[in-house]
Amino acid sequence: MFEATARNRRNQSVEGGFRLLFLWMTCMLILPVVLILGVLIYRGGPAISYEFLLTPPTDGMTAGGILPALIGTVWLVVVALLASVPVGVAAALYLSEYAPDNRLTRAINLAIINLAGVPSIVHALFGVGAFVIFFRFGTSILAASLTLAIMTLPVVIVSTRESLQTVPRAFREACWNMGATRWQTIRKVVLPNSISGILTGVILEVSRTAGETAPIMFTGAVFFSPFLPQSVLDQTMAMSLHLFVIQTQVPNVPEHVPFGVALVLISMVLAMNGLSIAFRVYLRGRKKW
Amino acid sequence: MNAAADRRDLSWWVDKVAQILVLAGGLSAIVFIVGIFLFIGREGAGFIFEGFSLREFLLSPRWTPTSNHNPTFGALALIAGTASVTGLAMVVAVPFSLGAAIYIGEFATGRGRETLKVLVELLAAIPSVVWGFVGLSIMNPLIVRVFDAPVGLNVLNSGIILGLMAAPIMTTIAEDALKAVPDTYREAAEAMGATRWQVILKVVLPAGRNGLVAATLLGVGRGFGETMAVLMASGHAVNLPTSPFDAVRALTATIAAELGETAEGSEHWQALFTLGIFLFLVTFTINFLADVFVRGGLPGRRRRGRRPVASANP
Repeated sequence: MFEATARNRRNQSVEGGFRLLFLWMTCMLILPVVLILGVLIYRGGPAISYEFLLTPPTDGMTAGGILPALIGTVWLVVVALLASVPVGVAAALYLSEYAPDNRLTRAINLAIINLAGVPSIVHALFGVGAFVIFFRFGTSILAASLTLAIMTLPVVIVSTRESLQTVPRAFREACWNMGATRWQTIRKVVLPNSISGILTGVILEVSRTAGETAPIMFTGAVFFSPFLPQSVLDQTMAMSLHLFVIQTQVPNVPEHVPFGVALVLISMVLAMNGLSIAFRVYLRGRKKW
Repeated sequence: MNAAADRRDLSWWVDKVAQILVLAGGLSAIVFIVGIFLFIGREGAGFIFEGFSLREFLLSPRWTPTSNHNPTFGALALIAGTASVTGLAMVVAVPFSLGAAIYIGEFATGRGRETLKVLVELLAAIPSVVWGFVGLSIMNPLIVRVFDAPVGLNVLNSGIILGLMAAPIMTTIAEDALKAVPDTYREAAEAMGATRWQVILKVVLPAGRNGLVAATLLGVGRGFGETMAVLMASGHAVNLPTSPFDAVRALTATIAAELGETAEGSEHWQALFTLGIFLFLVTFTINFLADVFVRGGLPGRRRRGRRPVASANP
């Protein structure tokens, strides 16, 4: 009954052509990065050993390992999480469970978009002006972590809000009908049903925080420190700044060392990110409603 | 009258306190944005109200803050540096991200689509200092060899790096914008006998136009504010660029490079914070415009990430 006309066939081949074009474009985004990762692994891989991970740098940072930078990044991330997760979850709860559709809510949403969009170096200037100078924390883990916390706050807020909104409204209504207050509903019904989604967002934030460089450059991270930090008021080395420093500021670093540092840093970040994605996919498969 | 109904017992008070704490959390985002502006303004104020000339700042290419006799604070070359790098990055990134968004959103299906989305998300996670390192240690020798240029740290290098950085984010946002176009539009067009490409070209793209503009704007904002990659890959010379092989210095990179070597409270220090205010205002405007576009014309849908509660994750 149906015979493909010349016009049908032309439409078909046009569509096929565009499909191929867009597939090619997608591949062009992904391929260069895969190649770059390949080069990092090929040239940085030989540098990595237990000794590299577990000893401090020696000989003016041209040899030895990266232990203080690794420990420093852990400090920075943990303190930043302690500061930003409670605030971010509260903000997400407000936006998802309480906020009426009014100007205030719109202003909060705009502020969140801007916190995510303001350049990292501007966050750094804010950290210097507010935490280092005004609140007199000096250049310390505390100042750097608070700067990072504010910068990555949108990550927690957005992912928490999304996971709160996957809890069906009927769950809340059932609870309200039993006479529960709004907070009781949140604590006993909404949070238990979304806690794993919130965790996914927190892991994502870890990955963002660990990789940032500009916000910590002037607020708490230092080029070199022979000691491990003892408290939040100490300065510290950090992986991301360490990579910048040995690549641009220190002469005569053997080439495999910065490649090794870059490989460790990117592995940390991608591993955390991959974990977060895997967790999300697992949760989606397990969802009961 | 039921006396129990309005009894203000412990759980009533707990509820009130929780409500206030949660509201405080919501307000904190506004407090931080205002705080950023105030604290940077506080450090930069001395310069803005005394030695500052808007004319010199915007029109003079002479950025010589450390000169003993006559320090000048013209940001034109820095603005041109940022603009040239961002512009090249957008030329590279916009077509590819829109193409990738169309492929992922409209052509790919099932497992292939999920895999591509995850890959793009992972690409967006690579830290900027690693990109800077790539520009310095991989792109630099590559450009020298391919184009026979004397040095490989220039607009071309940082533009490509920045394009690769911004593309995954733009792809994700553009794909969301396409997804926000209601399926009924597609079905209606298909029922009229349109091929998938005709549906995309005549229905999906026009309906998602605002979201695509927003995606591009956010990419521009990202490029404008990128610091470490541009600092490491752009060659770091205050210069009005005339070709892609010129070295330039971006606004962000200037702050990152000079703040550490400046005396607190000096005129130079204040000028760097003034650059920060300028960056803040520009990116704020870009983000605001993007938000307006996102809200502007997606019929039937409100914001990205604000789906009706019960229908999430089909």
